[in-house]
Amino acid sequence: MPVWQQLFDGLKTENFAIVAVAEESGGADLARPWIAQANPAYPCLIDVDHRVAALYGMVNVPQCVWIDETGHIVRPPETAGSTDHFRRMDPVTRTLSAEHQAARTAARASYLDAVRDWVRTGRYALDADLAREKLPRITRDMVIADANFRLGIWLRRNGRWAEAAPFLAEASRLHPDSWNIWRQAADKNEAGLAAGPEFWDRVRALGDRPYYPPPDLPGF
Amino acid sequence: MAVVLTDKGEFTLEATDGLCVSAADAETVTGWRLKPEGMCRDELCVPLAGDARRDGKVDIATFWRGLGHPVVSDPQGDAWVLGTAAESRATALSGLEAPNFTLPDLAGVSHSLSELRGKKVFLTTWASW
Repeated sequence: MPVWQQLFDGLKTENFAIVAVAEESGGADLARPWIAQANPAYPCLIDVDHRVAALYGMVNVPQCVWIDETGHIVRPPETAGSTDHFRRMDPVTRTLSAEHQAARTAARASYLDAVRDWVRTGRYALDADLAREKLPRITRDMVIADANFRLGIWLRRNGRWAEAAPFLAEASRLHPDSWNIWRQAADKNEAGLAAGPEFWDRVRALGDRPYYPPPDLPGF
Repeated sequence: MAVVLTDKGEFTLEATDGLCVSAADAETVTGWRLKPEGMCRDELCVPLAGDARRDGKVDIATFWRGLGHPVVSDPQGDAWVLGTAAESRATALSGLEAPNFTLPDLAGVSHSLSELRGKKVFLTTWASW
């Protein structure tokens, strides 16, 4: 989030807006400390139902959509600068080598450069045909998964955790590519992260497939 | 009483035999109005299956499924999700017009994406988890 604030600060004189949506079924209080720390000047919205993910076919965070002045998508959802370098962390120390750390930092910088270029010059906006081609394909299983997820998190919100479990499990079964659904439903560690052994097992099970698919932009 | 969750929000209403509700509630929740020829929205009417209309009430779960949308409920039938079909989602995206949404900020103030028309918008998601 502090990164988006820097991006916003650097583009203050442009006709540009940032909207940050927290996919946060546990409610606003879980997002609050992060938002307080970043002290953003742009709207930070709380999406307890993962409605934005459902509308746009997003499967992970952070994913971004670039929207032009006419309200049209010029880059469909894609990873917002995050990379898979975390998969190469030392399993004991949870640290990255200096080389991987540098590569990760460089990729993030490239992504922000691309956003700035787009805002100032229009570069990297996709033409309509290409943008349409890159839209996520919404399947029947995905929307049934969304409905199960919605019921599951509603049951949780109403204190019915045991009843919620089968709906959340069904949502993940139907839409296994959605890390949003799986991580939201998963047990969290003391830091509030769904990053326990099951998470790492799922990441390892990706094999050669990316956790954060790289955007089709320079530097990735 | 049943709670019904849709793209429009959360509704609490009187329901019997699954999700049989009054015609007025059916319209509030689904946007479709009960008429002699079926359920109607604008110029379009969809016939109701015989068992979806009982004593002036409408089984909106059966109606919604008939439209091709997903419907999920808890075993007791007191909480329902009337979802949105894949075709509807895909059609909304295929025109490339960014689907609008309205969500609260931390202070509870609602913001809609559509309010930013006229600006380039960088829409990003994140989460604490």
